[in-house]
Order: sequence, then C-alpha cells, then structure tokens
Amino acid sequence: MNEQLNISIDTQCYHCGDSLPLSAFQADDKQFCCAGCKSVYLILSDHQLSSYYVYNAVPGASQKKKAAHFDYLDEPAIAAELVDYTDDHTTVLSLYIPAIHCSSCIWLLENLYKINPNITASRTDFPKKQVTVTFRNQQISLRQVVELLSSVGYEPLISLQDMVKKQQSDHSERNLVTKIAVAGFCFANVMMLSFPDYFGFAAFEQNFKSFFNWINLALGVPVLLYSARDYFISAWTNLKNGILNLDFPLALGIAVMFIRSAIEIITQSGPGFIDTLCSLVFFILIGKWMQQRTYHYLSFERDYRSYFPVAVTCIADGKERQAPLNELKRGDRILIRSNEIIPADAILLKGEARLDFSFVTGESLAVEKVLGEVIYAGGRQLMGAIELEVLKPVSQSYLTKLWNNETFAAEKDPIQTFSNTASKYFSIALLLIASAAGLFWINTDLNKAAAAFTAVLIIACPCALALSSPFTLAAVLSIFDKNKFYLKSTAVIEELARISTVVFDKTGTITNPEASGFEFKGTLRPEEKQMLSDLARNSGHPLSRELVKWLDLPALYPVNLYREQVGRGITGTVNGQELRIGSAAFLGISVKDKGSVVHVLIDDCYCGYFRSEQRWRPGFKELALKLGQDKDLHLLSGDQDQDRELLTPFFQRIQQMHFRQSPQDKLDYILNLQDQGQKVMMLGDGLNDAGALRQSNLGVAVTDDINNFSPGCDAILDGTAFDKLPRFMRLAKDAVKVIHMSFLISVLYNVIGLFFAVQGLLSPLMAAILMPLSTVTIILFTTLSARFYARKNNLL
Amino acid sequence: MNIIYPLLGLSIVIALLFLGAFLWANKSGQHDDMYTPSVRILFDDQPEEPNDQQT
Repeated sequence: MNEQLNISIDTQCYHCGDSLPLSAFQADDKQFCCAGCKSVYLILSDHQLSSYYVYNAVPGASQKKKAAHFDYLDEPAIAAELVDYTDDHTTVLSLYIPAIHCSSCIWLLENLYKINPNITASRTDFPKKQVTVTFRNQQISLRQVVELLSSVGYEPLISLQDMVKKQQSDHSERNLVTKIAVAGFCFANVMMLSFPDYFGFAAFEQNFKSFFNWINLALGVPVLLYSARDYFISAWTNLKNGILNLDFPLALGIAVMFIRSAIEIITQSGPGFIDTLCSLVFFILIGKWMQQRTYHYLSFERDYRSYFPVAVTCIADGKERQAPLNELKRGDRILIRSNEIIPADAILLKGEARLDFSFVTGESLAVEKVLGEVIYAGGRQLMGAIELEVLKPVSQSYLTKLWNNETFAAEKDPIQTFSNTASKYFSIALLLIASAAGLFWINTDLNKAAAAFTAVLIIACPCALALSSPFTLAAVLSIFDKNKFYLKSTAVIEELARISTVVFDKTGTITNPEASGFEFKGTLRPEEKQMLSDLARNSGHPLSRELVKWLDLPALYPVNLYREQVGRGITGTVNGQELRIGSAAFLGISVKDKGSVVHVLIDDCYCGYFRSEQRWRPGFKELALKLGQDKDLHLLSGDQDQDRELLTPFFQRIQQMHFRQSPQDKLDYILNLQDQGQKVMMLGDGLNDAGALRQSNLGVAVTDDINNFSPGCDAILDGTAFDKLPRFMRLAKDAVKVIHMSFLISVLYNVIGLFFAVQGLLSPLMAAILMPLSTVTIILFTTLSARFYARKNNLL
Repeated sequence: MNIIYPLLGLSIVIALLFLGAFLWANKSGQHDDMYTPSVRILFDDQPEEPNDQQT
C-alpha cells in the first residue's frame, strides 16, 4: 500500500491525480500539478485534515479552472432565496456540489467545523451530491461559507433554476414507501391468519375461523382505502377522459375482491380473497416503486436559467454592485469579467470582446466584437473584463426567446408504452369474458353467476401484467446506468426501441471539444519546433496556446523583438533566426486560408502550416456505420461547413448534412422529419440544440461531464459511452421483446385461472397461490432475461 | 385454546409498533439518503494531537 502510494506521488499530483508538469509545485514532500491543488493541500494540512488523503488516493478534483467569484451572495435578496432556514443566530443552507465523488469528499465536508468553528454542522447527502451546512450567521457570512467550500476544492453550483428546484422536496416517494409499508404489514398478517384456513380447521377450531376472517377483513380496509387509493383515482380520471389503461382492471379487480370478501365474511359463507388482495396491492406498489427510481443528482429539465449566472456586476454611479439577473433592465451598465457569460443582449462599451459562442450557436471559433457592436446573450468572454450596456432584459433576449417558443409551452405527448396499448384490449376482453360467464350461469344459478362474474375479475386482475413492464425496464435502466447512459424515465426505453432516424449536432456532440489537435503540413526540424514553441509561448491567443500545448516542449530560448498583431500573427527572433507565424494576409504570402490555419515562415522561408482540426469522438466512425445500416442519419450544425468533406463518408446522402443552422432551423428540421412519419432521436449538447432536443421524440444530451450544464432532454449520455449507442438501441429493442414475452406468460396464467373462474370453481386458496406464483415468475423472468440480453449485447 | 385471542391481539399490536416505527423513520427522512451513512460509519475519529491543546 505504502509503496503504491509512493509510486503514484512521483508521477501524479498528490491532490487530483493529474500528471505533473515539468516544474511541479511542491509542499512538504508532496508534488502538485497546479497552485490550486497545492493551496487546498496546505489548508487541509494546516487544520489537521490530512486524513482526506488517507481514505482515497488522489481524492481531489483538479483546481486548474479558476474559481468563480461569489460577491453576489452578499446581496440579501439572493441570499434569502438560497437558504433553507435562518434566524438571528443560525442559518441552514443546502448546496449542490458536483465535485462530490468519493468517501474522502464526505469525510472532509463533514469536518468543515475544523477549518472554521463557526460552521456548527455539515452533512453530506452523497447520492444527491448535496451538503447541508449549519453556521452562525453573526460570525460568518453566507458568502464566506461558500468561499470556504470553494477554497478546499468543493465549489458549489448555484444557479437560478436549481434554487427553485430545491424547494420541491421528494414527498411523493416517501408517500409511496409508506403505502408499501402499510400494504406489506397487512399482507404479512393476513397471510398468517389465512394459513389455518388453507390447511383446514379442525372441528373444535371452527369458532376461530370467523374471528380470523373478521381480522382479515379489518386488515384489508387500510390496503383498500390507503395503499390502493391511487389506482382508483387514476382509473376514474382516465375513464372520464375515455382512456382505458391498466389501472382500470386493477382497480376493478381490487374493488370486486374486497366487496365479495366482505359479503362472504359477513354472511359467514367463506373466507374471502383478502389475502390475494393484499399481496396484489403489495406487489404492484413495489413495481411502481421500481419504476419511479430517479437520479437525484441529474436534472433533465434544465433550461437557460441554469446556464446563466445568478447575478451580474452592475456599474451605477461609478460603483460596482451585484444585481440579480431578473432585475436587469434596458440601459443598465454591466461588467463582464474573463470567463463570465453575457446574460442579456447588450452593446459593447469598453474593452476587447472575444467571445466563445460555441454553446449557443454551435460555432466553434471564437468571435471578436468591436466597440458599439451588439453582443447576443450566451457568449462567454475569453479575454479581459468588458463593459456593456444592456439592450433587452434577460427574458426578452435572443437566446431566451427560444424558450418562449410554443414547443416549450406545450407538454410533450406522453410516450406510448406497450402496457398502455395492451391494457386497452385486455380490459375489454376481461369485461366480455366476465359478463359471458355471468350470463351463462344466470338462468341456472344466480349465486353461481355472481361467483363466476366476480371470480373472473379477480383472477384476471393483471398483477403480473402490471409488473412485467416496470421490472423489465427498471432492470434495463440500471444496465444503461452502469454504462453511463442516464434516462429520464423507463418509458424512454420503449421510445428508444422505435427510433428510425438519428440526427446529430456537430460541435461538442460528434466532435470532442477538449481533444482538438493540430496537424502540420510541411517539414519542421526538431530545432525549429523548439523555436516555434518558444515564440508562441509569448502569445495569449487561443491558437498559440493550443500550439504550445500540442508541441509539448519545455521553454528553452529567449525571444527578442517580439511583436504581436492581435488575431493575425506574431513575429520574433529566436536563437538568431527570424520567425513569423500567422495568417496568410499577415505574412504577405499568397496561400489560400481555410479554417484556422497558422502559416510558418522562418527567415522568410516558407515551412508549411498548422491546421487546427477537431477530432471526432472515439468510436464515431463505427457508430455511424453501424447505425447507418438500418437508420437514417442526419447532421445539423450551427458551424461553418469546413468539415463537410470529412463528414461525407458517414452520412449516406449529401443533402442530409446541413450547416449554418440556427436553433430555430434545427427545430423546424426535426418537425419536418416527424411530419414524414419518422421517429427522431436527436443528439445534441448545447443551448442551440435545446429546441430540437425538446421537439424530437427522444432528445439525448451528450456531455463529457454529467455534472455540467446540459439542456433539457430525455436522456443524458456520457461522452465516454458514445460508441455504445448502437448497443443501447439494440438492448432497448430486446427489452421490448422481453415485455412481450412476459405479457404472454402472464396471459397464460390468467387463462389457467379463468378456466376455473368461469365455471364458478375458483377457491380462495387457488387464487392465493396463483397470484403470487405468477408475480414471482414474471419478476424472475424479466430480470433474468434483461440481464441475459445485456450480456448478449456486451453491456454487462 | 382461548389464549389465542389475547396472543393474536398482542402480536398485531407489536407488529403495529414496528410499523409505526418504520413510518416515523420514513417520515423523518431516514430513508432519503441510503448511501452516505454506510460510508460515514467507517470514518475513524482522529486522535487529538497533544501539541494542539498546548497552543
């Protein structure tokens, strides 16, 4: 163990595990990749919190990204919306911290009081990635608490939307568990009291019989009125709307079971079916619970509000002030620092604007703006601080208008599931058989007619049927989950099986934003590479920085006579030779530029050029070929068409690739495909895809970090699992097959039961055996076959 | 065999107590986070360092 630790210390950062740069940061005898990691380590070791590094090796998150500033938390209005509870002394605050990922995180976050004793308690909820902090608000402010968290590497994510979301607690899930508990309690006790009846009472025990039955009936009441309540409500509202879903035969079966049991017990003519009733309700509630499992830490409903910051710096009368976004109005002067997002359409007043709009438009190249130009909301400033005058409030800006589109106002049609379709016919068939059985006996024996009619409704109560979908889909959902494909609900799986057309976004979806690289056309000697690297090191231009990173050489030579023309090129003398790199126009040579190209001249001798190229996500080629076999593939990009030729092999027809698409164009394109009867799956990542994701039958957000912002969608796919998509789709198809098979099995059980029921021969014992037996069969069959198919598709 | 009556009543009352305890736990949010406590219990208390108390 110790040896292992030592080895890892030598090659990677002690805090975050990233590989070390040539000149590593040092503290004690540990090495760090950046100043951020080192400072976290120092804070922790100062407060005797070094155990953080004991529970897990390299537990920290990389601190290379600059932390945001939290000035706005001093605004009382914003703070009031954030906190859970506050009085004169104490404040309780829950924060969402995406960086939480291991036991060391839990340990450190629960020992915050050792760093600042004014934090009286802190508790981590690992699955939700939340920390609830209690602190003395007289001694430490909200902002200081957040900054403290940030300083130890756990920066909370605070956004307008997540604040609202937090207030809706998960009471519905707790309620369901309560219902299951009550049903389970009654089920167990009823079974205990029913067993004597199954084995038969002796003559001297007859007086117990009615006593047991009465207790059974009493135990059946809470199951009927409380646990099964939702089924009655749902069946009734659906019936009013003319929909026959599975809840109708369930509710009918439950009601009939209880009424017949009550009559039998009161008239002392039989033991009734309370045991079957309780087991039925218990099992279907468990099925419902399986289906409701959600990802607490993922949000599928995000819109622009969680992308934008909570507040922005306003300048009024020469003073800076933090203002909440919704208070921003026309004419306000705002200050945007480097790496901040422009929240509203505005005019540039001061500073140099170089903006990354890739998330909004899909355009991967940064955009430069000059003074007096209009800048649309959503861009991220890359250079220094700029000042802007707001033109439109946030809610009316170009970007946010997309959300006021009617696609977003309308509720998406619920996904048509197999069990909904099947249950319609099932209900009708059930009612027909029940009435036929009743009518057949009505002339000979009225009692027998009633018995046959009710027995059919009881035995055909679709318990197994109601469980086949939830158990199959829940099993498949957890297999997807293990493979980093997160679905909003189980119904999405059935939709996935029906997809006929797949539409891709380009930037960030099929290209990997982090892994853009260079290719060099021409010849360079190692010595020349070294000089290039030294020259480019002086420039702050993104291309220069990427070039330095790509060349990966240590600094060696000093640069003389360095000159830079921003956005055009740089020149300098390195090691006695004159180097000029930049655009063709800057260098005065006649070569055609295409995309982001950097030409290289050494001593006026043309050496060739670098081209920045985006790389496809690993596995995209195979994925496109596999999916292309039986599905239509389309490409919608907000970008220029410089990659058209590279992409042509992947898309069958040239007219299926579209470039320079606005968010609205994308949405309309999807609509058009749907009008042609296609079931469309859209894969996107940015705000510009939000409309299309929402409109498509199945919107999948592709992201490299599931904790980052992703627009509203039906599913979130981790970038590393991108190549598994065809397998996911095959498994979804198999899942539907499993549902069909288990449907057949449960119908088979029903037929056996019906054979006795129509003859009026159904005994309570038979019902009590048949119902759990079919349920257990279905649960076993669905979970086992879901695993079998997952193995077959190489997903387990 | 009349002992069955009080015994049965008693068994149901005891079972009800457990049900009540479960419902109370559920309502107070004990089942909201099913993972963190399992990790929390494995953390050791750190021994207080003697230097600490002197300073």
